[in-house]
Amino acid sequence: MKRSTFWGLFWVTLAALYLFVPLWGAFDFSLRAERDVIGVAAYTRAFADDDFWRTFIFSNQMALISIVASILLIVPTAYWVQLKLPQLRPAVEFITLLPFVIPAIILVFGYIKLYSSDIALGPITLLPPLTNSDFSTNILLVAGYVTLALPYMYRSVDNGLRAMDIRTLTEAAQSLGAGWFTIMFRIIMPNLRAALLSGALLTFAIVVGELTLATFLGRPAFGPYLQQLGQHKAYEPAALSVVSFLLTWLAMVLIYFVTRGSNAQVTGAH
Amino acid sequence: MSFLELSNIRKQFSNVATPAVQDFNLKVEKGEFVSFLGPSGCGKTTTLRMIAGFEHPTSGSIVINGKNVIGVPANKRKIGMVFQSYALFPNMTVADNIGFGLRVAKRPKAEIEPRVAEMLKLIHLSDKGKRYPAQLSGGQQQRVALARALAIKPELLLLDEPLSALDAKIRVSLRNEIRAIQRQTGVTAIYVTHDQEEAMSLSDRIVVMSDGRMEQVGTPFEIYNFPQTQFVASFVGTLNQVQARVVDPSAGTLEVEGQPIVAAKAFDARKGETIAVALRPEMMSLDGKTQDDAVNRLVVTVEETTFLGSIVRTRARLRESVISFDTFNNPNLALPQRGEKITVAFPREAILLLKPSNAATENLL
Ligand SMILES: Nc1ncnc2c1ncn2[C@@H]1O[C@H](COP(=O)(O)OP(=O)(O)OP(=O)(O)O)[C@@H](O)[C@H]1O
Ligand SMILES: [Mg+2]
Repeated sequence: MKRSTFWGLFWVTLAALYLFVPLWGAFDFSLRAERDVIGVAAYTRAFADDDFWRTFIFSNQMALISIVASILLIVPTAYWVQLKLPQLRPAVEFITLLPFVIPAIILVFGYIKLYSSDIALGPITLLPPLTNSDFSTNILLVAGYVTLALPYMYRSVDNGLRAMDIRTLTEAAQSLGAGWFTIMFRIIMPNLRAALLSGALLTFAIVVGELTLATFLGRPAFGPYLQQLGQHKAYEPAALSVVSFLLTWLAMVLIYFVTRGSNAQVTGAH
Repeated sequence: MSFLELSNIRKQFSNVATPAVQDFNLKVEKGEFVSFLGPSGCGKTTTLRMIAGFEHPTSGSIVINGKNVIGVPANKRKIGMVFQSYALFPNMTVADNIGFGLRVAKRPKAEIEPRVAEMLKLIHLSDKGKRYPAQLSGGQQQRVALARALAIKPELLLLDEPLSALDAKIRVSLRNEIRAIQRQTGVTAIYVTHDQEEAMSLSDRIVVMSDGRMEQVGTPFEIYNFPQTQFVASFVGTLNQVQARVVDPSAGTLEVEGQPIVAAKAFDARKGETIAVALRPEMMSLDGKTQDDAVNRLVVTVEETTFLGSIVRTRARLRESVISFDTFNNPNLALPQRGEKITVAFPREAILLLKPSNAATENLL
């Protein structure tokens, strides 16, 4: 008993050190922007840069749009596959895993090649070139982000759906007069809250620091900004990574509290 | 015209050779409580789901209140449904669950609130409206599910083994409550179960099913006392089944393992044919001394006697078949011993002629 507690503590401490020492190093480094003084100069300078705010806000906007888009795309798909087309499940799972195998660089060149000229069927133009305006390039960017986040989002939605009895809940709702829209937004989505939040967090984490898609589509995102900054400055990137770590943790704590409530509802006295 | 009419329903799943349901014909009157009773896999749920609209019959028609509902989607049928797994919406409170159907129908708030309160009162959970389903016991959850189904004032209430996830004690009290609420609201109900006691105690009529077919439809009294087929006789109750050879159908005479017996009425069968007959255990006695010609007698070999206090249960063998019957304890008589040959007596009315199971008849054709 004693022995196993000791080793348990030992490994936990080791893991914590492994994670925290570099972070502490970065934090400590970020406080030494001015010679012989411990202070927040690196932070004030980083935050004073307009480009920081511009790119940071842009990336957050893109992240939010990507999250909404992927929820709207993936929840109904995963639901329908589980409910009506279980035989398609292996195929769908394979597709959702593709972003792991296909590097982002290939994805973005594929997009650029396909969407930088007209997509036409004979004389009829189906889709004008998307890379021509900022707005339509943003659409491509979001599409790319949705693809990159697909494995994470799909998996957490699929697990969430499996944890509830969607068939019976659907039928119960139908017998009470509910149509598909009501079932999706009043029954399925609310009960997926925990799954959607963790999927959203992962999407957010991927999108906000993403470099490849944003660089090659030429969008003013936070990833390319951070990289640029890293080439010219030393202390500010460290400060910003500490900040982004804190933001991520804040999000995780939030998710922990929100999902704790809903888990108490879902798994209770069954 | 009956309230619910199922005609020639057949359901064939594409990936299975034998139909899940076939030749299903049933008329249910308004306010009636009908049970589907049968072993696992006999097609009870499939039939119920076709009525609800979750499954579509391969052929046949379903008419509810004069309206053919084939092709009407489940959410337009106004049919309440109660599931074995309760299927309450975990994200909603008890009150919100009950009011869900009314909110979907866009009823005004002034109508929903009193209706929810009324339903909560009906299921004796007025103080639990603000709880979440996971905070209730299984029995309470199922009562909420019942209230939720009834809140929309459905024309028809379908219940698929609503009690089988609960423990025995709650099962009995809740089934009485379901019946009371059904009487009170007057809703027409169809109840699926594989528990014969449940079906007997609840139903106005029972549909006994086996292998996707109806075996017999009747009141619990009829089903129990006058089973028409071998399947019903063996699935319901405690009748003794023996094989008998027909001697003279017009005189009602038969032969069981070489011993003659006489039925109360003439019957329809071929001479020399072997048919199944049931012997009512409660009409059997050990007194083999009567000389009355109206009484049948069979000599059997005792296999086992069990002394149960006021009654004695005897199991005896008649070459191929085993019969079992209870007699009242009599301190003046010794218990029959194992291996002893005894004579059991029973009146002509104790003999019930059984048709082979419906499925079997079909197989012969
Ligand atoms: N979706 C389906 N696809 C193929 N076969 C099915 C399907 N649903 C039911 N069946 C088959 O139809 C038959 C009847 O099933 P059903 O669920 O109606 O039985 P049941 O009487 O309700 O049994 P239980 O008491 O176990 O619930 C079974 O043989 C079953 O395997
Ligand atoms: Mg069933």
